Amino acid sequence: MVSHVSRNVAISRFWWVLCIASLAGALLVLLSLFGFVFVRGIAAIRPDIFFTVTQGIAGGLANAIAGTLLLVTLAVLLVVPIGIGAAIWVTQFAPDRLRIVVRLSIDVLFGVPSIVVGYFLYVALVETLGWGFSLVAGSLALAIIMLPYVYRAADLAFSAVPRDLVEASVALGARPLTTFLRVAFPWALPGTLTGLLIGVGIALGETAPLIYTAGWSNYMPTLAPTHSPVGYLTYVVWTFINEPFKESHQLAYAAAFLLMIGIFVTNFVARAAVEYWASRTRSHA
Amino acid sequence: MLAGVLTSIAAGICLLLVVLMLLFLLWYTWPAIRYNGLSILNDITWNIGNQYGSGSSIHNGVAAEPGAEFGGLVFLVGTLLSALLAMVFAVPLALGVALTIVYRLPERLRLPINALIELMAGIPSVVYGLWGTIVLVPFVGNRVAPFITHHFGFIPFLGGDAGSGNGLFSAAIVLAIMVMPIMVATVRDVLLAQPRSVYEASMALGSTSWQAVTHAVLPSVRTGIVGAILVAFGRALGETMAVLMVAGNAINILPQNIFSPINTIAAVVVSQLESAVSDASGVAQRSLAELALVLFVISLAVNTIARVAIRGQDRSH
Repeated sequence: MVSHVSRNVAISRFWWVLCIASLAGALLVLLSLFGFVFVRGIAAIRPDIFFTVTQGIAGGLANAIAGTLLLVTLAVLLVVPIGIGAAIWVTQFAPDRLRIVVRLSIDVLFGVPSIVVGYFLYVALVETLGWGFSLVAGSLALAIIMLPYVYRAADLAFSAVPRDLVEASVALGARPLTTFLRVAFPWALPGTLTGLLIGVGIALGETAPLIYTAGWSNYMPTLAPTHSPVGYLTYVVWTFINEPFKESHQLAYAAAFLLMIGIFVTNFVARAAVEYWASRTRSHA
Repeated sequence: MLAGVLTSIAAGICLLLVVLMLLFLLWYTWPAIRYNGLSILNDITWNIGNQYGSGSSIHNGVAAEPGAEFGGLVFLVGTLLSALLAMVFAVPLALGVALTIVYRLPERLRLPINALIELMAGIPSVVYGLWGTIVLVPFVGNRVAPFITHHFGFIPFLGGDAGSGNGLFSAAIVLAIMVMPIMVATVRDVLLAQPRSVYEASMALGSTSWQAVTHAVLPSVRTGIVGAILVAFGRALGETMAVLMVAGNAINILPQNIFSPINTIAAVVVSQLESAVSDASGVAQRSLAELALVLFVISLAVNTIARVAIRGQDRSH
């Protein structure tokens, strides 16, 4: 009996050691990744990469940084009215059956591989409509990738608006639009913005949907909507690391480092916003 | 109601986007579907044909360049094998990590560990690919593959050519690392959603903590875990950049062992487009679209099953 129990305890301990080891292993991989990107990235950062454009496989990253910022900014402008508008309609206006259908289609969109979105837009916009590699095609690709994140956060946020607040506002005689603008919207705004920031983090790091929509350019991006390819940071990471030159490798490391910093900052702000929002709503309750 | 109308347009766009994407790809692909027939799924050779030859190769009334053949079997096999092998690596690790977080970690460590897992999920695919190219591939090529083929070569698929490091094994490792944070987060939430009393009651009956987990906790959240695995599997199937950078870009050859170069549907759409554009008949580009459509349908199926599984778990709570 005693030996039976102690054997079970030993077995239990053995498996838990394996579980803890798997956490340690995951952290080790993460450490290797961060160490690799940060050590090589910091070594590769020179002030002039922010001011010079890429020349072939050398030079700076000014065009890629500007291109990434431009593509993501336009994608945000495209996704905000669609994603948040759709969530407002679903939570405020939609009949039950349509509500389910819209949510389902967003779920489906979540599962569409980003390369499929990219190839679809390549065929539809770049080829069939003849836009060529362009800012609008690239931004549309990013907007479609971001859409499910933005929509879902907005849907959750607007669904969480307390019903008694809305009813109190209506009971006080406020018009529906006033109730929405003064009660529901302020309540749902932080959650929606958090989702938007998470989407921005995703968009910053995307490569596959941009390769055949935004294309690549060695020059600073223009604001021309079509027929003008745009450079972006992830492209540099992907292609320059396969060049046989040290200088191009340095640019790839620098680009990866800048991307990671950008994504960490957006994710950190998103997380801090959640905390702030949670503490604020707690103090109101 | 202007607001209602405007927002309903936004919702309509969300609704139509997926339908439009499917229908447009189907329309664009149609000549390739007719030209390729079943060979897109069961033929090994991908060849855009002789662009300078005379005459053309005609199947079902669709003309491509002479000798053109668009077989997707290599890419389909690569996609499924890399994702499956990634699951073999990722599932036990993710379960171990999630169980540790929920049942073993002191309270003050939980928040930072969760933050790290979240951070890991945010790292872009191309950065995983960079790390894979510079750190993982040489390690696999110089150490892991020679060691395994030498000592465990008698096991099927582990023997033979150790390769350069670029191949199925490296692709699966990178995929496993990439999908692990999503899997950990989902399994953790499933475990936390379950009443703690399940674990505690089992402990009170005298079982060890591991018995409590395997006999009481895990059986009751089985469908949720299956859902988490399927979501991760769906991600792995569609992952592009990291796989493209470490998989070895195989073409016209099936993998011989787990270190062989492979190619996936997502990766081949990127790597073959430039050559496909040069196909004057246009069938090559449409065949790539057909591959993208195949990937779309597979992802859709996997995600649907995952959603049904997760919904089943939610209902049982």
